[in-house]
Amino acid sequence: MTEGIAKKFMFVNRSAPYGTVYALESLEVVLISAAFDQDVSLVFVDDGVWQLKKGQQTKGIETKNFSPTYRALEGYDVEKLYVERESLEARGLDEGDLLVDVTVLSSGELGRLMDEQDVVLSF
Amino acid sequence: MLHIVNKSPLERPSLDACLRIAGPGTVLLIEDAVYAAARGSAAAPRLAEAMQRLKVCVLLPDAEARAIADRLIDGVTTVDYAGFVDLVAGHPNCQSWL
Repeated sequence: MTEGIAKKFMFVNRSAPYGTVYALESLEVVLISAAFDQDVSLVFVDDGVWQLKKGQQTKGIETKNFSPTYRALEGYDVEKLYVERESLEARGLDEGDLLVDVTVLSSGELGRLMDEQDVVLSF
Repeated sequence: MLHIVNKSPLERPSLDACLRIAGPGTVLLIEDAVYAAARGSAAAPRLAEAMQRLKVCVLLPDAEARAIADRLIDGVTTVDYAGFVDLVAGHPNCQSWL
């Protein structure tokens, strides 16, 4: 691949996984960005933190369980996963409930990280 | 009366509107509304309080998909799809809080 410009992309995920299609669509775009060797960060805020909840079993709703994909992101060099602490706490969750290693940040820390990005995409 | 809620309690005010307005009867939580019954959720105390006058049911396949079936608050009843049909058939009318 010829050398291109790598930009800092942040994907802001604020939707729960199955009630709408946003979570799945976000994953698709994340994988595309990673294929173009961009500097990708994923952020999980509000109901978006539910995307990472361990133990999803979707047989009963006849929908694809895409949660294992978050564990495969490492293989695409997508390793920057951030979760807002306040969002976890409002849902009775902690880091141990999540199916992948993340960095937990405060709202303020997350805001500063957002300021550093070239492109921010919202799902 | 049967009240059906399908939106996450921390994203939309649907559940709050339902609990504010609903008289005695049954509330059925489906789709993203099942998160309201997750132990430790900010919405759980409001739901627990409503259980003094309303029966609260949760659609189990939706709770399982969202990985909260093992952490539902005490007092809620889980139902499957056949149970959903029974609830609709067993109440004279229903309101979906979209």
